[in-house]
Amino acid sequence: MTDFLTDQQHAGQPTPAPGGEDFLVVENLSVQFPTHDGLVKAVNDLSYSVKMGETLGIVGESGSGKSVSSMAVLGLHDIKRSRLTGSIRVDGKEIIGASEQTLRKIRGNEVAMIFQDPLTALHPFYSVGAQIGEAYRIHHDVSKSKARAKAIEMLDRVGIPQAKSRVDDYPHQFSGGMRQRAMIAMALVNDPKLIIADEPTTALDVTVQAQILDLLQELQRDFRSAIIIITHDLGVVAEMADEVLVMYAGRAVEQGPTRELLTHPEMPYTWGLLSSMPDVTASTDARLVPIPGNPPSLLNPPTGCPFHPRCPHVDKVPGDLCRTELPEFLPGQRGTHHLKRCHLVNPDDIYATEVLPEIAPDLVELTLADNADVAHGDGMHGER
Amino acid sequence: MTTQSEAVPTTVSAAPTEQPLLEVTNLRKYFPVKSSGLVRRTIAQVQAVDGVSFQVPAGTSLGLVGESGCGKSTTGRLITRLLDPTSGSMKFEGHEIGNLSPKQMLPYRKEIQMIFQDPYSSLNPRHTVGTIVGTPLRVHKVVPEKQVLNRVRELLEVVGLNPEHYNRYPSEFSGGQRQRIGIARALALQPKLLVADEPVSALDVSIQAQVVNLLTDLQKEFGVAFLFIAHDLAVVRHFCPEVAVMYLGKIVEIADRETLYNRPHHPYTQALLSAVPDVKQAAVGGRRERIRLEGDVPSPVNPPSGCRFRTRCWMAKDICAKQEPPLLQIGPKHKVACHFAGEYGAMPTSPITLNVLGVDQEGTPVAGATPSAEDLNEPGFADTWTDVETLKGNSAPMATSLPSDSRPASEVGSEDRGTRS
Ligand SMILES: Nc1ncnc2c1ncn2[C@@H]1O[C@H](COP(=O)(O)OP(=O)(O)OP(=O)(O)O)[C@@H](O)[C@H]1O
Ligand SMILES: Nc1ncnc2c1ncn2[C@@H]1O[C@H](COP(=O)(O)OP(=O)(O)O)[C@@H](O)[C@H]1O
Ligand code: SF4
Ligand code: SF4
Ligand SMILES: [Mg+2]
Ligand SMILES: [Mg+2]
Repeated sequence: MTDFLTDQQHAGQPTPAPGGEDFLVVENLSVQFPTHDGLVKAVNDLSYSVKMGETLGIVGESGSGKSVSSMAVLGLHDIKRSRLTGSIRVDGKEIIGASEQTLRKIRGNEVAMIFQDPLTALHPFYSVGAQIGEAYRIHHDVSKSKARAKAIEMLDRVGIPQAKSRVDDYPHQFSGGMRQRAMIAMALVNDPKLIIADEPTTALDVTVQAQILDLLQELQRDFRSAIIIITHDLGVVAEMADEVLVMYAGRAVEQGPTRELLTHPEMPYTWGLLSSMPDVTASTDARLVPIPGNPPSLLNPPTGCPFHPRCPHVDKVPGDLCRTELPEFLPGQRGTHHLKRCHLVNPDDIYATEVLPEIAPDLVELTLADNADVAHGDGMHGER
Repeated sequence: MTTQSEAVPTTVSAAPTEQPLLEVTNLRKYFPVKSSGLVRRTIAQVQAVDGVSFQVPAGTSLGLVGESGCGKSTTGRLITRLLDPTSGSMKFEGHEIGNLSPKQMLPYRKEIQMIFQDPYSSLNPRHTVGTIVGTPLRVHKVVPEKQVLNRVRELLEVVGLNPEHYNRYPSEFSGGQRQRIGIARALALQPKLLVADEPVSALDVSIQAQVVNLLTDLQKEFGVAFLFIAHDLAVVRHFCPEVAVMYLGKIVEIADRETLYNRPHHPYTQALLSAVPDVKQAAVGGRRERIRLEGDVPSPVNPPSGCRFRTRCWMAKDICAKQEPPLLQIGPKHKVACHFAGEYGAMPTSPITLNVLGVDQEGTPVAGATPSAEDLNEPGFADTWTDVETLKGNSAPMATSLPSDSRPASEVGSEDRGTRS
């Protein structure tokens, strides 16, 4: 397995533009929905930013606020049914409180979204080509035939074979993977600078998933677009993202550069995610280590740390802190680029001595050595 | 020329010592496609399952993987007799169950139960958990009416639910808990075989592990055998000592898990495994190198001639369009259906199937040859097999060039020996 880590080539690693400007800045975003049962606090005090040419991965289980927060970026929440506070700036322009007219200019043109279920984004009664063409004409004053030509070009671009003859097909005539690609074609027709992909591959087979991820990376290489990829698959994040944000109960609970975060996670929820999924190389005798219990209700979120009812490390924190006090989102033991929301003071040791032996015993030595080295800066394993 | 060599001294014991719990031979399910209009005639057939054979030994698990639409669920529904097979045989403990009437099937229904993918739609929302789990007990009169409630409580406890929650409704439970209710219902009759169709795919990652562990415990405790259907290759590997890969209605490779995951011999299995994103990649950065499959799965109404994978296969040669590759046994517990079966990067240049098919390199039948492919669709593994290594040596003495496919070896089978240092 060590082989596995050293034997690889740096295939298609996207190189973020050094010192690039933040294209998207989300600051202290909260989204709440008043309902019959009370106020749903879907997103709480969330902050992050994405640069051009960079990919941010957002992970968390269902209901953790991933979709709600990204829909806010497109200004898709009905202001009568939701309460938004904080700030979202796209290329410097404020989204919260912006007029529908301003939002329409930004949507599709500067920011585009790829949804989990292509059937919700594609209308069953119009041909795929007509829908892509229409999306183009919203932002470009061109004739229908020009728009159709653009649609063919886009379908070709996303790898639909014989795009010319498939352009007039209806969505139901496409396979699941083709529909997903058609939707990506539609999202990209106006060359958006930021693409938000909400679980774009969850419903797909691994082979089609690989095609779609390849496609997103190609597009990023060609156009330097910023990408936010929302998923619950840590494998997808590991291969796609430059930076990872872990969400739990509507809050950011851990954030850092992908390699740093996935090799030295510092928050028990992230540990839980890593240890609960089997991978195709793990020992088959090892038992999976599930996260006990269920995700919390956002109507009545737990007091203190929202993860405390499921956290196996509560007793390592002095007093009753986990139950009474919400941990701040602060750098841990590994430097300012890696943030976590947890009261534990020595998460790296706990991870290396308690968590890692369960999930990847062969990495324990390396990680412990790394922890000792951390004062010297970036102590990564896997490079020799 | 190519000889079918016996790799192991034949220890042919006349009768298999242990009868498999389930034995499926040449199972087919074709769904008719009807024309629209008043007179709805059958105009085509969806070949959803087309001649699959396999065994499930008592108390173990066979995994079934493959892309959406390849026939996994249909296979599961045939075995539980939710669907009638078009042809083929299904033997449960040696008894043919493929042609039984619903009434004759009744005693077997107790033995073969199903767990469904969707914990939301597979439970009746208007029934309490007690009713849902108790119904099979009542229908099959497993325990006297007075004891049904007690048994329900026990079952809830077994699957890790609060036994006092029997009068709650499904909507009061989370997804993972609902899946547990479905499992309790399936266990009520103490079945010997559980067909689990994507039992964890609808669940959150953190909850998936809870359910997989529960199924592992149930198997240890009650000795239930599983046909475990899933598209998550890692979950299947974790749960099943033996795994079958399906493509367009056929099994293309079946093997013990170590062989299948470390040394897959079918190009499709290789592509499938190389496509799984891997968390460990984080330590390296970037994407893994992978085998890129072009295009989509063809329609099962009109599958390609010869090998069904040939429209997407980078190894395809003339013979692949002319001859369907038989599912050839190439190791003690390893069968593969590919003319050029071999480890990635080291696949033979000449077909390994010429002898059994009685054809030449281009797939044209050789006069006077005695093909034996017809007998190859037997379920289970024989004591003797075709040794591909020797075949490779024997059949390609004139091969001077390297395999035309010289892509870099992918990470398929990271313990791959010999192909890279
Ligand atoms: N009742 C039916 N009538 C016609 N075709 C059907 C029917 N049921 C299934 N099929 C077809 O049979 C093929 C196999 O379907 P099946 O449900 O077994 O796939 P699967 O392998 O379980 O896929 P998934 O991973 O998406 O669940 C598909 O092409 C499907 O469209
Ligand atoms: N329109 C709405 N009204 C009330 N609650 C909502 C609405 N949309 C989302 N929610 C709730 O907000 C929470 C976060 O949802 P979401 O962002 O969709 O989660 P995910 O992380 O799975 O994408 C969930 O509890 C969800 O039920
Ligand atoms: S703050 Fe406490 S409960 Fe929350 S993750 Fe850290 S240790 Fe666990
Ligand atoms: S038989 Fe031919 S087309 Fe089919 S998998 Fe093998 S090489 Fe590919
Ligand atoms: Mg979502
Ligand atoms: Mg299915």
